[in-house]
Amino acid sequence: MRSALISGLFTAVVTLFFAVSATAVTPDQQQHVDGHHDHEHTEASEGFDITGVIMHHIQDEHGWHLFDWGGHPVSLSLPVILFTESGLTTFMSSEFHHDVDGKVVVEKNGERFTYYHGHIYYANAEANDHGAFITYTEDHKVANAKPLDFSITKNVASLFVTVFLMLLVFLPVAKFYKKNPGKAPKGLAGIFEPLILFVRDDVALPNIGEKHYKRFTPYLLTLFFFIWFANMLGLVPFAPGGANLSGNIAFTMVLAAMTLLLVNLNGNKDYWMHMIWMPGVPWPIRLLLAPIELVGILTKPFALMIRLFANMTAGHIVILSLISLTFVFESFAVAPASMALTLFIYVIKLLVAFLQAYIFALLTALFVGQAVAEHDHH
Amino acid sequence: MELLTPDFGLIFWTTLTFLILVVLLRALAWKPILKAVNDREDSINEALQTAEKARAEIANLKNENEEIMRQARAERDEILKEAREIKDSIVSQAKQAATNESAAMIENARKLIENERMAAVTELKNSIGELAIDIAEKILKKELDNQDSQKALVADLVKDIKLN
Amino acid sequence: MVGSIAAVGAGLAVLGVALGIGRIGGSAMDAIARQPEASGKIQTAMIISAALIEGAGLFGIVVALLGNNPA
Repeated sequence: MRSALISGLFTAVVTLFFAVSATAVTPDQQQHVDGHHDHEHTEASEGFDITGVIMHHIQDEHGWHLFDWGGHPVSLSLPVILFTESGLTTFMSSEFHHDVDGKVVVEKNGERFTYYHGHIYYANAEANDHGAFITYTEDHKVANAKPLDFSITKNVASLFVTVFLMLLVFLPVAKFYKKNPGKAPKGLAGIFEPLILFVRDDVALPNIGEKHYKRFTPYLLTLFFFIWFANMLGLVPFAPGGANLSGNIAFTMVLAAMTLLLVNLNGNKDYWMHMIWMPGVPWPIRLLLAPIELVGILTKPFALMIRLFANMTAGHIVILSLISLTFVFESFAVAPASMALTLFIYVIKLLVAFLQAYIFALLTALFVGQAVAEHDHH
Repeated sequence: MELLTPDFGLIFWTTLTFLILVVLLRALAWKPILKAVNDREDSINEALQTAEKARAEIANLKNENEEIMRQARAERDEILKEAREIKDSIVSQAKQAATNESAAMIENARKLIENERMAAVTELKNSIGELAIDIAEKILKKELDNQDSQKALVADLVKDIKLN
Repeated sequence: MVGSIAAVGAGLAVLGVALGIGRIGGSAMDAIARQPEASGKIQTAMIISAALIEGAGLFGIVVALLGNNPA
């Protein structure tokens, strides 16, 4: 009953966010769209802009670009939520009309915003020579101020899809167990039980230890499946997949920070003792070890953050590069080789998606295990 | 670099969503799932232990059965032995009795035969005696018709008597 | 120019990591061949060490990425 309510709620929320904005082609809009494309053509005139394409795909955006139809981009419109000096401002990302060069200004509550390559800025009063309402610094960066941006971007939407999928999978699995106590698992439960047992028996139990592992197993399960689902969703080449959520530094940073908090909030006396004043070694070495151990508190989650980010982003870059080979060489002869290589990397990425989730959960369990372990002093 | 600069918005949404997800799944999914799996594992363990116990019991029973069988067999052997002994003793007793009886019968028969013989001999003796007396009487009647011959006989008999 | 030198740096970092992970993999294979019954534990230990080494390599790559930024 409760699970049905929750999944219903999520469906409603997700549907709300994904109100498709098919591009209504008003003359005014047409101009902007064309302008945008002219700009791209000038960039692409020297050849296929592989870096630009890849960077566009692995970065976040407001609105979700689905495909180009007859030369016009079609996007899912997503809500833009801004905290400005005058309070909360919301509008749909479609109001920027697919512009990414700061040429369209949206006016809300007396404030003017423009969109420039993935970020929303306060727009200038006048357009510059290129028709953009922004000013550049000397090193070609945007000088305009940014409002505090809580928008439902592509990655946030992807995050919601991930969570929705997880609830869609695990609530029925839980229901199966409630309905059939003591029976052998079937269907979804049959698929996911080995993975759940894998996390419990191979990640939590051996690293945290018999005494404490039950307390942390639910968190580790959530962590593992969250990362895995996000990774897998990132590998789906079309919406609602394809966002580089788990390859986004903000995403991995949050998860790493959670591990940092979990480990240090659960650290017992022994853990801090070993951290600050390592027992069993001469005092000069203790002095030397203390700062190393204290820095270690931060470097361990930092490594987690970088590892997941770099692995997933690198995977996306490699796949996109291989697909782009055909367009770089502008020859269909390259296509079979490009496809074969892409397929190969895709299979590896399937493995990596699982492996990275496993490693993140495993190392978290390991660190937690170190924090809660009781050392017997000799 | 742009890629390495975390967006505040995404940090906010990820934190919020992830925390909600942890709480939701802990309450609605992991608890029932882990509990069910634990319960099932416990019941399987229990079943295995029960099976083990049952197997031990069966083995025990088998041992007991064998013991009983062994005892029964021993008892049977004992009984058979006793029976054989009894039979032997009965047979030997019977044999003894038969032997004794036959011996007695033979003895009886022998005695009877002896008696008969004795009787026959006695009768024969008597008959012979009577015959002899008859013959002697007849001879004597004939011989002793005259005086002379009586005297001759006495003389003869006297002659045979030796007075010693 | 800065970008290409950063790429060389990233390449060198990956070279070190490749050597390290290669050695771990080889040793793990040896260990599993010697004690197949302990393969589960060996695999876990192998993945943990590989992850830690990979972390060091990724630091190199990220530094190279940062250096690649012309600004």
